[in-house]
Amino acid sequence: MTDRRSGAQVAEKPKTAFWNDRDVRAVLFQILIVLGVLAAGWYLVHNTLTNLESRKIATGFSFMEREAGFSIGESLVPYSAADTYARAIWAGIINTLVISVIGIFLATILGTVVGIARLSTNWLVARIASIYVEVLRNTPLLLQLFFWYALVSEALPGVREAIRIIPDYVFLSQKGLRIPHIVANDIHGWMFALFLGGFAATLFWRRAAAKHQEATGKLRPLFWPTVGFLFGPAALVWLFAGAPLELIKPVLRGFDFQGGGTFSPEMIALLVGLVTYTSTFIAENVRAGILSVSKGQWEAARALGLPNNRSLRLIILPQALRVIIPPMTSQYLNLTKNSSLAVAIGYPDLVSILNTTINQTGQGIEGVALIMAAYLTVSLSISGFMNWYNKRIALVER
Amino acid sequence: MTVQTTSAPIEKPPVTEVGAIGWLRANLFNSKSNSVLTIVCFAFIVYVIQAVVPWAFLNAVWTGTPKDCQAPGAGACWAVIGEKNRFTLFGRYTYDEQWRPALAIGLFLLLVGASCIRRLWGKALIWAWVGQVFMWAILMWGGVLGLTFVNHEQWGGLPLTLMMSVVAIVVAYPIGIVLALGRRSDMPAARGLCVAYIELIRGVPLISVLFMASVMIPLFFPEGVSVDKLLRAQIGFTLFLSAYLAEVVRAGLQAIPKGQYEAADALGLGYWAKMRLIVLPQALRLVIPPMVNSFISTFKDTSLVIIIGLVDLLNAGKIAVNDPPWRSFYVEMYIYIALIYFAFCFTMSKFSQRLERDLSKATSR
Repeated sequence: MTDRRSGAQVAEKPKTAFWNDRDVRAVLFQILIVLGVLAAGWYLVHNTLTNLESRKIATGFSFMEREAGFSIGESLVPYSAADTYARAIWAGIINTLVISVIGIFLATILGTVVGIARLSTNWLVARIASIYVEVLRNTPLLLQLFFWYALVSEALPGVREAIRIIPDYVFLSQKGLRIPHIVANDIHGWMFALFLGGFAATLFWRRAAAKHQEATGKLRPLFWPTVGFLFGPAALVWLFAGAPLELIKPVLRGFDFQGGGTFSPEMIALLVGLVTYTSTFIAENVRAGILSVSKGQWEAARALGLPNNRSLRLIILPQALRVIIPPMTSQYLNLTKNSSLAVAIGYPDLVSILNTTINQTGQGIEGVALIMAAYLTVSLSISGFMNWYNKRIALVER
Repeated sequence: MTVQTTSAPIEKPPVTEVGAIGWLRANLFNSKSNSVLTIVCFAFIVYVIQAVVPWAFLNAVWTGTPKDCQAPGAGACWAVIGEKNRFTLFGRYTYDEQWRPALAIGLFLLLVGASCIRRLWGKALIWAWVGQVFMWAILMWGGVLGLTFVNHEQWGGLPLTLMMSVVAIVVAYPIGIVLALGRRSDMPAARGLCVAYIELIRGVPLISVLFMASVMIPLFFPEGVSVDKLLRAQIGFTLFLSAYLAEVVRAGLQAIPKGQYEAADALGLGYWAKMRLIVLPQALRLVIPPMVNSFISTFKDTSLVIIIGLVDLLNAGKIAVNDPPWRSFYVEMYIYIALIYFAFCFTMSKFSQRLERDLSKATSR
């Protein structure tokens, strides 16, 4: 609401004094704010530098090149205690990303199931789902993590009495979940290439089917051709090559299993805690989304002769998703940020590794800055992607 | 042609459609798949009950020593809670003076209860809260009225959890409003600063803000000024919560129709008068329910202070079961602490839902 005077009035003397003019005031006010922030910033930086100097702490990121000297419980990138801090931090970032991606995937599935269960016409199912939601969302996540960790690391049987989930292949014990490893084979590379080719073929088929429907009004099958294109050629090649599948089974030797892959107790506790906690919030979003689509939409879709699955996919879901996606974004971000609680139960995520780094080197400012920069990057990219997706499905208003 | 003048006698509905049987048919067995689901759920419930009830109640040890709990066949060891209750609730607060934090919690709950009654909303309630703050300071610190002085480094347990949440909420609330107004303002510099602050804080986990507070605040002040751990954590929480409250308030500001702003302009109100008298009262009332949700999150998030070594409710419980003889009874302790958190959070969320219904009743006529 700036008041711009027209040409005729410019000649007139302004009625208000210049310090009462809105535009002038806005500029003055902003200059004051910026100066205030700068002054406060300068004061804090100046104090910090003086303090660092008197405590003889060197600033800068040169410590990243030094040898870390601590080992990491589990890491996807090869790492040993003789590696640099930079590599340790990289291993932490990868661990955080792994937990977040698996967690988001599982929490979405579980949350959707629970959200639909809360709307069930079956009284018992709806009740159980709502108890699940109320209990988990009204207690602190940290407490739940401690609980799961204690349960996994102490209440589960020892290695010798491990629970055989799939006898000879998958074991669950205090030391975590052991699964078999698949030995890489040349055929597997070819199978993956065929899978990618099948993906392209699926897209092509779907586009052709849509054109066909527009031209003739006839529907072509979509589901089974998709499955066929994606997995058919790869499965055929695998069978013709003599079904090569060599597994390294975990075998009990001495005090622990040898061979195969491991999910550590820390990782299991962290995943179970994050997934169940976040799923309750996702469930509420899904429930609200489905409730927001009116019953008339189902009836209208049926009146048009759409089969049930198509009316869900083409009519109901697109409308429900518009309500579900924005809060879902913030739940995904929350899960990613909450994965930092790993530090409390000893899973080596980014925060936990930087915490050790800060304690060893005393480079507090750099450590905190690295944590914040890493999470900001992840947060901004997730919210950027979700905003893009949200725009794509948003209602186009004329 | 005959005209029927009497109506047919009203028949009672079939027995299978009313009463308990009717309810079962309508809610549990209304289709084949639902019947299957009901049976599966029922089996699940029976399984849980037969697994939990003997452990939690029938074979539980309610009082006694660790030896009693380790006896073969013993279930849950609730004795650990009786033994460690005082430490869990009050932390390292001087043992003989623990009636003071207990009284403080009682006063707090009383006032919270009063605040939930909308008839009592008014100036008196605000003054009661101000009085409460002084009462808490006197009770917790002491040093006056013949009470012995207790250093705040000894505070812990439930009073610490409550205090940190309440102080964070009270201080972050006005900051959040200012940030939200700044984000909606026409001035690019003010808007830019507010957006940067809000997005920065909301983009990082609370732990990193707490780390920042505990690592960097001591460096921020000149030599000789020391800020203790509790205050540092408190600053961290407040900074964090204010960014989230700012977004809640912004949602309210956006929901106010443009006509309200224009009407205020037409009346010749200045910016602050317009906000204080016209916009904020409506916007803040709109966002009470999401605000209560923020408060619930804050209450749960205070448990994170364990990372920087403060003894809140969760940490006190954790330290309590670190005592070697009671070491294996952490599950009972975690359940007890979970119940306390649940009682607070569940009440708050039910209250917020009721409030939401009441408030929408007033506007949806």
